[in-house]
Amino acid sequence: MSRIKTAFLDLGHMDTLSGRDTFAHRIDPRAKLLTTLIFIITVISFGKYEISALIPFFIFPAVMISLGELPVYYLFRKILIVIPFAVMIGIFNPLIDREILMRLGPFSLSGGWISFCSIMIKFTLTAGSVLVLIACTGFNSVCMALEKMGAPRVFAVQLLFLYRYIFVLIDEASRMANARSLRSFDGKGKGIKVFGYLLGHLLLRTIDRAQRIHLAMLCRGFDGEIRVNRRLEAGIREVIFTIAWSAFFIAMRFYNIPLIAGKLITESIL
Amino acid sequence: MHMADALISPAVGGTVWAASAGLIAYCSKKVRDDVDDRIIPLMGVAGAFIFAAQMINFTIPGTGSSGHLGGAMILSVLLGPYAAFLTMASVLTVQALFFADGGLLALGCNIFNLGFFPCFIAYPFIYKKIAGEKPSQNRILIGTLAASILGLQMGAFGVVLETLFSGISELPFGTFVLMMQPIHLAIGIVEGMVTAAVISFVWKSRPELIQKTTSPAPSGNFSLKYVLTALLAAAVITGGILSWFASSHPDGLEWAVFHTTGSEELETPGHGVYSLLTKIQGKTAFLPDYNFKTSKNSDIKKPEPASIIDSGTSVSGLVGGALVLVLAAFIGFALKKRSGTRSHL
Repeated sequence: MSRIKTAFLDLGHMDTLSGRDTFAHRIDPRAKLLTTLIFIITVISFGKYEISALIPFFIFPAVMISLGELPVYYLFRKILIVIPFAVMIGIFNPLIDREILMRLGPFSLSGGWISFCSIMIKFTLTAGSVLVLIACTGFNSVCMALEKMGAPRVFAVQLLFLYRYIFVLIDEASRMANARSLRSFDGKGKGIKVFGYLLGHLLLRTIDRAQRIHLAMLCRGFDGEIRVNRRLEAGIREVIFTIAWSAFFIAMRFYNIPLIAGKLITESIL
Repeated sequence: MHMADALISPAVGGTVWAASAGLIAYCSKKVRDDVDDRIIPLMGVAGAFIFAAQMINFTIPGTGSSGHLGGAMILSVLLGPYAAFLTMASVLTVQALFFADGGLLALGCNIFNLGFFPCFIAYPFIYKKIAGEKPSQNRILIGTLAASILGLQMGAFGVVLETLFSGISELPFGTFVLMMQPIHLAIGIVEGMVTAAVISFVWKSRPELIQKTTSPAPSGNFSLKYVLTALLAAAVITGGILSWFASSHPDGLEWAVFHTTGSEELETPGHGVYSLLTKIQGKTAFLPDYNFKTSKNSDIKKPEPASIIDSGTSVSGLVGGALVLVLAAFIGFALKKRSGTRSHL
């Protein structure tokens, strides 16, 4: 019950965040989408024992979060919710790979733990960058960007439709779930049979709704083609944004700045 | 069972992305060419339905845990495979963007695992074969159940293969398969039962909705030629990846053997893994300095303090990493402060 409400509020919250007007929000969605993709590809192209070279990549989400005035803890909590799958797969690394790769005085770390940490850092970075992208761009703009960048129009329109009706249907589903739990005592009626009826009814209503929408669309002159009247403007700012960040990512990919900086410090101390 | 970006390599992610993108383009064309334009709003709303339906739980008898609905099979039965695939892809896209459930690059893998297998393999070759041209209540039930279970099994196997080829996880193939398949068999049975319950409910109250896609009408017509072409394409792509990995895979095995025999050479495992990774990645011809490389060099110069120098590099990595992390946070706060004061003005 709380799950469905949370999901609803969650979507709404992300939507609100994306509706703000900051520098990060004003950049063309295509530039942000492309930069985020390059970011993800560079991050996951690192070897599996890499930790220190990944750290500079936190700069990108940090900058976007502060420029877009996004709530850090909220985004971090969202990442924590989805991390279990990565943990489930990654936790086998320390069990299998026991080669000691790192010594720090009395402590020694096996390769498995290092690669596990690396997976967790990569996960935080990639998942975080996607959340940041959507929180400072908005779903509709991402769909527009996708379409402009060559995704099939039917698919982009389908995404817009889906997003539009998620709110309506989650609201409806949450009312049904609410009604079910109010009538259920001792967990009765929460099984598969009632669930089937419940979803069946929701589905029938959904199909009826789709028919009404289709009729309404026909009344407004729908001919199978959806025209979206919104313009995207990419100027010099977007070009600089994309190129500068990409150059930064690629530089960080080839030069391990933390290691170099750390060496300078430790050598000057010793 | 959503794949995460952190578990795949760029090559695997990119290849599967290309396959999924091709399928999306192909399905979009099929849907656009379809005479019946009622399908467009239906797809959008059906996708939202799957989303909403996944939020409602039900208790699984005898276990106390709860399950929810998997989407692709219901969508296939209602919309036909092409529209179902597109809808599934869009559901997964929203999940990836809003809930970080599977990353942007892993989205290709997720669309392939959860969309291609149920819509283009399980639906036409299992569900339609069992349900037949004149479906009955029982045939639909059995067909849905079988197709859901097998579709999910194929998807889970896809996850295993993608993880394996990416080489990020240490899990050996056998263990991983033994772990994934039974778990997803259980999930598949539950999902299949729910799907069957919903579909048979729709069949009882509005049979024409299901008949439309099962009967050989133009909207639900499924040409075997295209399936075969798609399968062939998939086979070529998979074959391409497999042959690509065939040469480097023995390295991985060899490395595992070295590993279990406890060879002292530190650079051997590192080397094996990285040569494997570079072969996989192709793009990243340059190898950054890793600990083992330094230790290898220092081994040649003076053999005894290898571990000290090794720890030296790790310490500098740690110090530098912490430094940059602080710097990143500082940049973040500084920018925030600046934009904060500006917004007050």
